[in-house]
Amino acid sequence: MNGGGQEGTHREIERVARESYGRLVAYLSSHTRDMASAEDALSEALVAALTAWPRDGVPQNPEAWLLTTARRALIDVIRHQRVVLASEPILLLLKESSTEVALSTEFPDERLKLLFVCAHPAIDPAMHTPLMLQTVLGLDAVRIAGAFLVQPKTMGQRLARAKTKIRDGGIQFEIPQERDLPQRLDAVLEAIYAAFGIGWDDMVGADQRGQNLSEEAIWLARVLLQLIPHQAEVLGLLALMLYCEARRGARRGPGGRYVRLSEQDTKHWSLPLIEEAERHLAEAFKQGRPGRFQLEAAIQSVHAERARSGRTEWLAIMRFYEQLIRISPALGTQTRYAAAVAETQGPEAGLAILDAIDLGAVSGYQPYWAVRAHLLRLLGKTPESLDAYDRAIGLAEDPAVRQFLLQKRG
Amino acid sequence: MQFALLIYESPEAFATRKNDGSDTYTGAWRAYYKALVEAGIYVGGDPLEVPETATTVRIKDARRHVQDGPYADTKEQLGGFIILELASLDAALDWAARCPTASVAAVEVRPLAPEAKQRITG
Repeated sequence: MNGGGQEGTHREIERVARESYGRLVAYLSSHTRDMASAEDALSEALVAALTAWPRDGVPQNPEAWLLTTARRALIDVIRHQRVVLASEPILLLLKESSTEVALSTEFPDERLKLLFVCAHPAIDPAMHTPLMLQTVLGLDAVRIAGAFLVQPKTMGQRLARAKTKIRDGGIQFEIPQERDLPQRLDAVLEAIYAAFGIGWDDMVGADQRGQNLSEEAIWLARVLLQLIPHQAEVLGLLALMLYCEARRGARRGPGGRYVRLSEQDTKHWSLPLIEEAERHLAEAFKQGRPGRFQLEAAIQSVHAERARSGRTEWLAIMRFYEQLIRISPALGTQTRYAAAVAETQGPEAGLAILDAIDLGAVSGYQPYWAVRAHLLRLLGKTPESLDAYDRAIGLAEDPAVRQFLLQKRG
Repeated sequence: MQFALLIYESPEAFATRKNDGSDTYTGAWRAYYKALVEAGIYVGGDPLEVPETATTVRIKDARRHVQDGPYADTKEQLGGFIILELASLDAALDWAARCPTASVAAVEVRPLAPEAKQRITG
């Protein structure tokens, strides 16, 4: 365990922190429901590890060491918060479980409860993902704020407010009952997918805000699958993200140029990731309970098929979109459905789908205008097409996408 | 509420002011302006002449000090401003991210201060 000098020890602390952070926060806060104090206590333990481990060597069971140290810090915190009248039984509980852990060096994995708490219906849906990133993965507020394009101070305040609500608002650390499970699980999946960053559709893509979080999202989905195996939609979500991740290397050409899906060189796709995605999706379909993420993954599996067949089965994609729209008529889904219809039935049919979307909803939605511009051009409606290209360019955030659209516009 | 987007531009961006407007940076700005107007949030704004045209005035010890050049000696300089009517800072940050200058230099977002104005204008 020991060795590699101080740098090796620091790497070991990082590794333990990364793998154990969520487990420790979940366990430390499951009795008190106080995530903020649990996180503070764990930070203290990690700081202590930075001094103690290089000096004394990395302990036999680093996770148990961190838990014991963090729990001591947590007891101090609770002692200081004398205002909390109910703290005596909690103190007792913490002490009791402390000896129990010291004996067994194993403690229960409460991360599933933590995930459900983060995506609880009483918490603002916009905070589900940031809460998960912080409490399960240990990301700091500054990085989360950057990903969500808000000020670090604001994000810090919102996270603190959400944690106060969890502590004082009677939100229980528990796995939802069978009848609530599908809906509650859906919120967890949505929050993970939001972290992945959506913009992976074929006409325009690359929402850069999400990119650096996609690995974290895949990690979260893997954790979730481990905690709640064989759930069709969990498998579907993981498959969906892996299909997209497999194409990461092909999404930019020389000089950072944006390359849309239909023009990507499949040689740059990751076959191992595609194969893993296929395994998860096949297992999901066996459950016979189709859902939004399975359908999204199925669409991506058709796209992935081009690596073998050299062509895209647009008809299959359109059929999957038809099913998807019935359960999830989101703006992005309708836009991509219109693009798939245009591929199979011509630009006029695609445009008719776009025309049916409420104009008020699309004023800030760039992919809609990019698809619209493309279809209008195919129909020879030049002035309208240029106008739509302008809207798409004006709404573009990623410079590579903006450049791509400017070139298309001509 | 109203927000000002303060557009800080690089020397390269200022240099595009000299050409005929067919470059992609200017094209992106045309499209961005259109998107702001079509979204119904545009209140006003203007580009500023290049920083070399700036003159900074201070009175020190009752004497005029006139400096040839902008207030701050930085690589990126204020190149213009836009006033937007929006519901929240989050919305303002979204629009700032779409500004073509955000990906090459920087856009500063500041809420306007109507109370301060009220105190002055009465």
